[in-house]
Amino acid sequence: MAVYFQKREVVVPGQLLAEGRYRASFGTYDEEGKIFSSLVGLAELRGNTVKVVALEGAYIPKEGDLVIGTINIVAGNNWKVNIGGPYGASLHANNALRRPYSEDISEYMDIGDVIAAEVIAFDRGSGPFLGMKGRDLRVLQGGMILEVSPAKIPRIIGRRGSMINMIQDHLNIETMVAQNGRIWIRAPSTEILRLAIKAFRTIEDQAHTSKLTDRISEMLAEEMATIKGSSKPEEEVGPEEVSVPDDSSEVESEPEPELKPEPDATTEAEEEKPVEVEADAEVKEEDEKQTEEVSEE
Amino acid sequence: MSPEVKPDFLISPEGLRIDGRRPDEMRPIELKVGVLKQADGSASIRQGKTYIIAGVYGPRELHPRHLTLNDRAYLRVEYRMATFSVPDRKRPAPSRREREISMVIANALKPALFLQEFPKSVVDIFITVIQADGGTRCAAINAASLALADAGIPMRSLIPAVAVGKADGKLLVDLGDEEDKYGQGDVPMAIIPQTEEITLLQQDGSFTREELNEAMQMGITSCKYLHELQKEALRRSYVKKTPDNGDEDDDDDGSYEDDLETDLGEAELMED
Repeated sequence: MAVYFQKREVVVPGQLLAEGRYRASFGTYDEEGKIFSSLVGLAELRGNTVKVVALEGAYIPKEGDLVIGTINIVAGNNWKVNIGGPYGASLHANNALRRPYSEDISEYMDIGDVIAAEVIAFDRGSGPFLGMKGRDLRVLQGGMILEVSPAKIPRIIGRRGSMINMIQDHLNIETMVAQNGRIWIRAPSTEILRLAIKAFRTIEDQAHTSKLTDRISEMLAEEMATIKGSSKPEEEVGPEEVSVPDDSSEVESEPEPELKPEPDATTEAEEEKPVEVEADAEVKEEDEKQTEEVSEE
Repeated sequence: MSPEVKPDFLISPEGLRIDGRRPDEMRPIELKVGVLKQADGSASIRQGKTYIIAGVYGPRELHPRHLTLNDRAYLRVEYRMATFSVPDRKRPAPSRREREISMVIANALKPALFLQEFPKSVVDIFITVIQADGGTRCAAINAASLALADAGIPMRSLIPAVAVGKADGKLLVDLGDEEDKYGQGDVPMAIIPQTEEITLLQQDGSFTREELNEAMQMGITSCKYLHELQKEALRRSYVKKTPDNGDEDDDDDGSYEDDLETDLGEAELMED
């Protein structure tokens, strides 16, 4: 019974992690009662389960994952969807449309459409099958898709969505974070979009460091203050707010009233911190609902 | 480049090699991880004058489809030498030697990889020899193994490889170009360090049984040393990405545990 790594140590493949009555989990393998790492990543011990959180890797579908994909082919009653990674997915019309539906399913969704869907089945025998019923699975319109490494997605979502909610609160944007490493972003202005991309890229880059949420929060607060200082954000935000509620019930509608109405950029920058904390506490319930979408257990 | 001449001796009267090394001494080795932006994983190695870059793509969809394996990923290795990597221009078409070495490298790496985790897909390894100065197949294995780890391909262990040879009747580790060309034999080998399982063992030239045993022992020792270098290079490539290391480490202690632990766990990676 011994553990040979420190908490959150960067481990390399083949490194001995633990010996004795421990259980090998993701990113590890078991050989004669010894547990070794099989990946480069951060080692963790939970109870008596040893696992390695990967820092790199392709997207391997898992049932229940939210994915964002592009339609490649329309074949009979199926759409073939590119969801990244080694496996192409298929979406059957029965899992996407309410019956009766027209014979030509390209009327509903066609090649090139970007969709948010759920992995409803995947095993070694048959490739991933998608479904688009429930949640707010739909064709994504407007905005942009940002691709990040799928291994970094947990970090971008954060614990119970702490990271992504923080970003949404700060920037007042609509996002959808999919497990296959694609992030859909719709922002009220180009500056804010750029800032959002910068934030996501920073997280991707520094995923294995600590206190990331705080650092990102600080960065966003600062940059937002500059953006607001140089232009009048209220006007740009206004129209977007109107269009938001109908196609998704994102959380940012909650904190908005607290964040936005302050007209003075400087006071805002100073008060950003406490405001954000309050907002967090308030929307906690909602948050949980929202994270379920992105971070299926 | 001046025409090559056979050196007068490979082992000097003092018992040193042509480049001044001791028989069991390796050339200086420099490993770098993450050298290519486009590849999913990459690594480069400089071993003496040998310089090799390896890039890994995948696991990704396999084309052509008929190569698909239903129970595991296909491992495709392409070892190529740049036209300017050798004294005479190398003709750019893939040669028989390159194809063979590609296969040999794939076979050396395969036992360590958990390819069954990605059925029907392919893992591509592209290896380019920028400059050849002996021991390219072993150096290529070292780099490819690192690139695979960098790409996040699960594996039992990194694979170190080294060539042991014989020149002027003495066993030498990590042959240089002249020792390879004018020596009496060459035994490239690769191992899985924990278990000392041999994943590559070739030989040219003739060795007595005792010599071969000793050569393999020397090889294993050198491989283990190389393995340490590989692990260090891999760790370094991730640790150096940490911004402002200084205060990072200091203010970690308090809040970081709960913050990070649950961060990564909750969201996706909890399988159980």
